[in-house]
Amino acid sequence: MAATPPGPSRGAKRTALACAGLAVGMIGLAFASVPLYDAFCKATGYDGTPRQGPALADSAARTDDSMVVHFDTNVAPGLPWKFIPEVSRVEAKLGETKTVFFRVQNTGSVPSAGVATFNVQPGLMGGYFVKIACFCFNEQTLQPGETLDVPVVFYVDPALRDDSNTAHLSEMTLSYTYFASKNGQPVKATVARSGSSGTKGDF
Amino acid sequence: MATAAAHAEAHEVHDHKPSFFARWFLSTNHKDIGTLYLLFAFCAGMIGAFLSFGIRMEMEQPGLQYFSNPATYNVFVTGHGLIMVFFMVMPALIGGFGNWFVPLMIGAPDMAFPRMNNISFWLTVAGFCSLLCSLFVEGAPGASGAGTGWTVYPPLSTAGHPGPAVDFAIFALHLSGAGSILGAINFITTILNMRAPGMTLHKMPLFAWAELVTAFLLLLSLPVLAGAITMLLTDRNFGTTFFDPAGGGDPILYQHLFWFFGHPEVYIMILPAFGIVSHIIATFSRKPVFGYLAMAYAMVAIGVVGFVVWAHHMYTVGLSLQTQSYFVFATMVIAVPTGVKIFSWIATMWGGSIRFTAAMHWAVGFIFLFTVGGVTGVVLANSAVDKYLHDTYYVVAHFHYVLSLGAVFIIFAGVYYWFPKMTGHIIPEWAGKLHFWLAFIGANVLFFPMHFLGLAGMPRRYADYPDAFAQWHKVSTYGGHIFGLSMFVFVIGVVLAFRSKERAADNPWGEGATTLEWTLSSPPPFHQFETLPRIVDEPGAH
Repeated sequence: MAATPPGPSRGAKRTALACAGLAVGMIGLAFASVPLYDAFCKATGYDGTPRQGPALADSAARTDDSMVVHFDTNVAPGLPWKFIPEVSRVEAKLGETKTVFFRVQNTGSVPSAGVATFNVQPGLMGGYFVKIACFCFNEQTLQPGETLDVPVVFYVDPALRDDSNTAHLSEMTLSYTYFASKNGQPVKATVARSGSSGTKGDF
Repeated sequence: MATAAAHAEAHEVHDHKPSFFARWFLSTNHKDIGTLYLLFAFCAGMIGAFLSFGIRMEMEQPGLQYFSNPATYNVFVTGHGLIMVFFMVMPALIGGFGNWFVPLMIGAPDMAFPRMNNISFWLTVAGFCSLLCSLFVEGAPGASGAGTGWTVYPPLSTAGHPGPAVDFAIFALHLSGAGSILGAINFITTILNMRAPGMTLHKMPLFAWAELVTAFLLLLSLPVLAGAITMLLTDRNFGTTFFDPAGGGDPILYQHLFWFFGHPEVYIMILPAFGIVSHIIATFSRKPVFGYLAMAYAMVAIGVVGFVVWAHHMYTVGLSLQTQSYFVFATMVIAVPTGVKIFSWIATMWGGSIRFTAAMHWAVGFIFLFTVGGVTGVVLANSAVDKYLHDTYYVVAHFHYVLSLGAVFIIFAGVYYWFPKMTGHIIPEWAGKLHFWLAFIGANVLFFPMHFLGLAGMPRRYADYPDAFAQWHKVSTYGGHIFGLSMFVFVIGVVLAFRSKERAADNPWGEGATTLEWTLSSPPPFHQFETLPRIVDEPGAH
């Protein structure tokens, strides 16, 4: 062998360590992006995430302008529930507090628990749809055959007329999906390994 | 540019090569590892090409001819994409040419961490094996292999693929990603610490600059991919809900993370090619490259801006108008440094004493085709236009023009340019030129009609299509056959080179080739630059 080459110089080691630190830092950022993104969506209504907050003062409501809110309800596979809104849509004056009831029923033979997720379409309306109270904030447990009427209280923020992305809108949809859950955590629906059961939600 | 004052000594006398196993399996020599990477890239490229052949055969006619299950077609598409990106272009341009020529060009005896270099290579091979495994285990219900597309978007990659194929594919990306990150650390350390005396960063050859910028892009983007696919893995196997709305996750977050990696990734693939083409154009125009500093900093600018344009891959997810406007603008800004490079190459040729060697054919062909791909890129950068063209064959045509006709053409250009240096043998010029013309015609016939298909509404990743698209798909498949044929010419050229008794001179390209590798023998000694070359300024350089 030719003379063993000298090991990497001190400068080289320092550079390599700095690079490795950079790579580890980027992995950290990738994971940090999860809570950051969540907080960002909640704060800005990004990607159809409705805001949560107290009701507006009555004086802020606008009587001359309104938004038609449609309701969409879904139940994920694996949860034997029926889930329907009491009305399919309401006309909400901007700023006016509205209460709508939804009916959930456990059609299965054992008690089951579910938690609902929600978003609005168009996604850009997320920042102007404000929930004051909602059944979807909590897990529900239903006995076999039990039926429950659950409320959502919301208003549509009049500020949407000042945003060029949403100023032209006159209709929007609020969508809910109930997922099976356990202690507030989702339970994986058992997906058929082969063949298709043909239910909504299978891919 | 500066040249070496000291010529390399005759090293052959004390050139002790280790035994076959130790040399190729325990290799720590940058040239041997470069060779391994190039051979690996060629093998992986053949498998990737076989998969694309399957795609093109199926798309020749409407209906299902070769695939009984469209899910298997998607597996071919996914495999083709992942292999070509991670196991062909990156190993060839970064691991192969980078390992071979970065130390030679900067006058270093080897890479800074030779053993880490070995680990990088074998991690890539291990990743490739994992990807091949994924082809043969269940993915989507009733089909084997991961058919998720190279983007691996949830929920298709989570709820849609209950079998272990996607886990294998994710593991493949983890392994090759780890290899690439280690390789990037090695390149950065080598380039920043081991340049020959007198070689300042502003005298460093453009290929070394390209690899430096590429290494930084790898270092900043690959960990984000690693994080994203790790979350995917835990979503799939351990009940987390990072991307699952059932537990408050959001699949769109995966897209943001993926493209934060994915967009720099396309520059990772093309920047080393930019470096190589600069040397080839300068060599065969017998002129220093035009605007050296602007060329170097254009690559830096492309790298930096490349990190803030990712959402142009996601215009359809419901971004606000302001967000879209920003991403349209930022994306178009990249056309500026890219234009600087294109015009500087043309200006290098302008008034030069041009020799149309095989390597020069590929380099000039690259400039033309990359410009075509760049122009369609500017079209797609418009969010309003993209809403219509998103996930159509227009996009497929665009990225094949910049990658299949850009990066791949420059891989071949690099082979024809450096083959005499790497092996001491000479590929017959006629073979390189025939290879070029067949590939140039074949690839254009293959990919140009995809623009028409995409504009007419043909979506990507479908095994079947309405009759209306049949004509251009047929033409495209014919082009694919011509492109495939050109690869045989390449193999013949390489075989002829090794059979011929003709040996390459130290500098077969003459006075235009000014970088340090041409001061060494062909092939270079097993260990070079034991006495470091000194770089002195030539009067009137720059």
